[in-house]
Amino acid sequence: MKFQPVIGLEVHVQLKTATKIFCGCSTQFGAEPNSQTCPVCLGLPGALPVLNKSVVDCAIKAGLATNCTIAPRSIFARKNYFYPDLPKGYQISQFEDPICQKGWLDIHLEGLEPKRIGITRIHMEEDAGKLVHGDVPGLENGSGVDLNRACTPLLEVVSEPDLRTSDEAVAYLKKLYQIVTWLGICDGNMEEGSFRCDANVSVMPVGSDTFGTRAEIKNVNSFKFVKQAIEYEIQRQIDLIEDGGTVVQETRLFDPTSGRTRSMRGKEEAHDYRYFPDPDLVPLVIGPAWVERIAGELPELPAAKQKRFMSDLGLPEYDAEVLTATRALTEYFEACVASHGNAKSVSNWVMGEVTRALNDNGIDIAACPVAPARLAALLKLIDSGTISGKIAKTVFDEMWKGGRAPQDIVEEQGLVQVSDSGAIETIIDQVIAANAGQVEEYRSGKDKVFGFFVGQVMKASKGKANPAVVNELLLKKLKG
Amino acid sequence: MELFDLTIHQMRAGLAAKRFSSVEATRAMLERIQATEPAINAFITVTPEQALADAEAADRRIAAGDALPLTGIPLAVKDIFLTEGVRTTCGSRILAEFIPPYSATSWERLRSQGAVLLGKLNQDEFAMGSSNESSAYGTTRNPWDTNRIPGGSSGGSAAAIAARQATATLGTDTGGSIRQPASHCGCVGLKPTYGRVSRYGVIAYASSLDQVGPMTRDVADCALLLGAVAGLDPKDSTSVDIPVPDYGAALGNGVKGLKIGLPKEYFIHGLAPEVQSAMDAAIATYRSLGAEFVDISLPHTDYAVATYYLIATAEASSNLARYDGVRFGHRSSQADNLIDMMTQSRSEGFGAEVKRRIMIGTYALSSGYYDAYYVKAQKVRTLIMRDFTRAFELVDLILTPVAPTPAFAIGEKVNDPLQMYLSDIFTIPVNLAGTCAMSLPAGFSPDGLPIGLQLIGKPFGEASILSAAHAFEQSTEWHLRKAVI
Repeated sequence: MKFQPVIGLEVHVQLKTATKIFCGCSTQFGAEPNSQTCPVCLGLPGALPVLNKSVVDCAIKAGLATNCTIAPRSIFARKNYFYPDLPKGYQISQFEDPICQKGWLDIHLEGLEPKRIGITRIHMEEDAGKLVHGDVPGLENGSGVDLNRACTPLLEVVSEPDLRTSDEAVAYLKKLYQIVTWLGICDGNMEEGSFRCDANVSVMPVGSDTFGTRAEIKNVNSFKFVKQAIEYEIQRQIDLIEDGGTVVQETRLFDPTSGRTRSMRGKEEAHDYRYFPDPDLVPLVIGPAWVERIAGELPELPAAKQKRFMSDLGLPEYDAEVLTATRALTEYFEACVASHGNAKSVSNWVMGEVTRALNDNGIDIAACPVAPARLAALLKLIDSGTISGKIAKTVFDEMWKGGRAPQDIVEEQGLVQVSDSGAIETIIDQVIAANAGQVEEYRSGKDKVFGFFVGQVMKASKGKANPAVVNELLLKKLKG
Repeated sequence: MELFDLTIHQMRAGLAAKRFSSVEATRAMLERIQATEPAINAFITVTPEQALADAEAADRRIAAGDALPLTGIPLAVKDIFLTEGVRTTCGSRILAEFIPPYSATSWERLRSQGAVLLGKLNQDEFAMGSSNESSAYGTTRNPWDTNRIPGGSSGGSAAAIAARQATATLGTDTGGSIRQPASHCGCVGLKPTYGRVSRYGVIAYASSLDQVGPMTRDVADCALLLGAVAGLDPKDSTSVDIPVPDYGAALGNGVKGLKIGLPKEYFIHGLAPEVQSAMDAAIATYRSLGAEFVDISLPHTDYAVATYYLIATAEASSNLARYDGVRFGHRSSQADNLIDMMTQSRSEGFGAEVKRRIMIGTYALSSGYYDAYYVKAQKVRTLIMRDFTRAFELVDLILTPVAPTPAFAIGEKVNDPLQMYLSDIFTIPVNLAGTCAMSLPAGFSPDGLPIGLQLIGKPFGEASILSAAHAFEQSTEWHLRKAVI
């Protein structure tokens, strides 16, 4: 029997607000344990939550960017369970009436038609603290609770079970990641847990329209692991069914070292969260003016940018996609285009030299030492024939190291391109004279040797000879 | 008249006229507390050093001529209010050693106006009870008859006034916890409209019902204290941004032409004859003052107690989850793993009534029962609210008894939770409706036990309650009687 996997994702997006969702404490990562706490996020008796409005702004942004409806009235609910990192014994979340409802994202896998993935809901909630086990001084034999993270704002984005392969799941996740980082509402730091995912996976016989029993894989925090976890889980469930077993509804954990998932708790151990509306918080009413204000603040989103890069700038689809990978990269590209104009050559340089240098040095485009205007100036030097494309790469490396203007580097190092045919002719004559054998070969029909001569001339000119002039003169001279 | 007999406004006048100092008044209170506590047990914690230090500071202020409205007035608050640096137990063993790092907004407001803190008052554990018998610190006794309960849950707050241990107190009212003890101890107690006073720093029992209110010797003090604690608090999302009127200014307006409703559902349920005759007398008094009476109906009254015990317990089951022994409060020494630590700490820390209500509430919210209990209770709550909205289209105020009987004997109902719950039948609907109501002294039983009268107002209609109560107080002398201890 052939099986069809069905996948739905629940993604937790940690928001980049300065303060927590229900109190004024800082959300800074990595501070001294329990130093960023107050009666509210410690869950002290008598403390009450007050909603941070900038969290609502973030949620509206995410909702609009994922084509959701923004609920005019949404409510907060308490999710009740006991755990030492959960100070109040309940988490304030949203259950019925979440803030964003019924949206979608389009994903595009190479070689396939774009596919629309439904988003059931996006809701706001607070994070829990974290447990520290014996790896800190003073805790050698015990466990501690650090509540700095408690009450940090999260969005939970719940997809419809519309995903059918691990590749689709990863494409959807990357798309969502791109949007929340693009919007500036999430720092995207997956290692620190700023973007993490639970995957609901089931399989059913191909052709069936009844979903199989699903397992939920908790807290996977990299694209690679999501793919591995889903693939392992699909195969595990298929093997189980083919061996005559049945899949049970349970929560599973993914172990990155073994690449396997294992059972964490079964249905009978599942919590009854006893959700009910939080009486400490009044219903959140969002009028059209609020939504309009946020809509006005939204940046142009990646999909719209791509379209515009193709239609207005004439870029190929591939370039448009690469250049809109992150908002910072797009902004860099657009700033270059603003002072240079030739989008395709800017695109080639940004995707080529700039990206290579960034990767080699392991830095982000936001920290690129070559400012967009400087890169544009460099491209202008190529356009005007002042330097060759090849020399430009040398100049670029200098700019990267020293942060200086390209004109200064070209002048100082005497890199101006030689286009004077007299000077180039002299060099060509010397090269031809020194390589009589190769001249013979060329003249007897070995066209390939031409490249050798170009190389020799360029070398002799220290790369400064104008390649077009070199080609033209060489051809003439060699033909004799 | 002794210093400990004075009202706030009398004491303020005396301090201003320099007839006595705040230190003298405070010392008189502390001595009175010491003398009467063995019989009453109204306090869980007395704070003499801090009280005297505060009083000295108050005297300096008064001498400098910049006294605030409450400068030097010795008050006490229910042990449900967080008081920075002063132990706050909420009547529970689980918080036996809890020293809060911050103060409740309401207490902070009194303090910022110069009030002196005498100590923390006894109460039912986590405000769950109508008799103070669920306190982990012993039952408070009614100063009018020490074999009887003072009422609850703000029993200590009421008894301390009746025993003249504090000039005035703060209590909280979730289902009658200010009004019922005020009635049983013969003082004035007001439950303001939900949202009128901040709940920040008040240990939560049932968040959608809890409200802070003053308990005083007379109506003028009640107006003064309400004005001091009322108003928007940015730290409580449910507090309401409606301007706080000058409650004192409304006193003396009289009741001529005032329409007062008498709900038929409140004058049948096994009302004790002495309560009935006190109500009859009160009605006659109001008539003689020019008020008109209208028979009205609050048809869903019968469902109020059941509704309350679903909503309040559901919220409580969640509110009390934070007492797990992890960060503060009692931690069991009997456990060697995490689950046991939480279970044991809670088992040892909570008393029987609290456990009962956590279980009821947990059940009401459980999957499969949520719609049948919690959701249905919320629907009935809406109907009860509507009863009041409709009634207030016809009348300005509603007059009812506070409790079906005067204070009952200690131990009488402690093993019959249902009977105990039913003693709050006249007070609970007001909390469900979210509106305001007051208990004021309206007579005595043949045994000499106080009987209270309840005036229910429209939402944020505290001023009209105070004005009508003041008119009644001016024509009666019930509030002047003193319990003999």
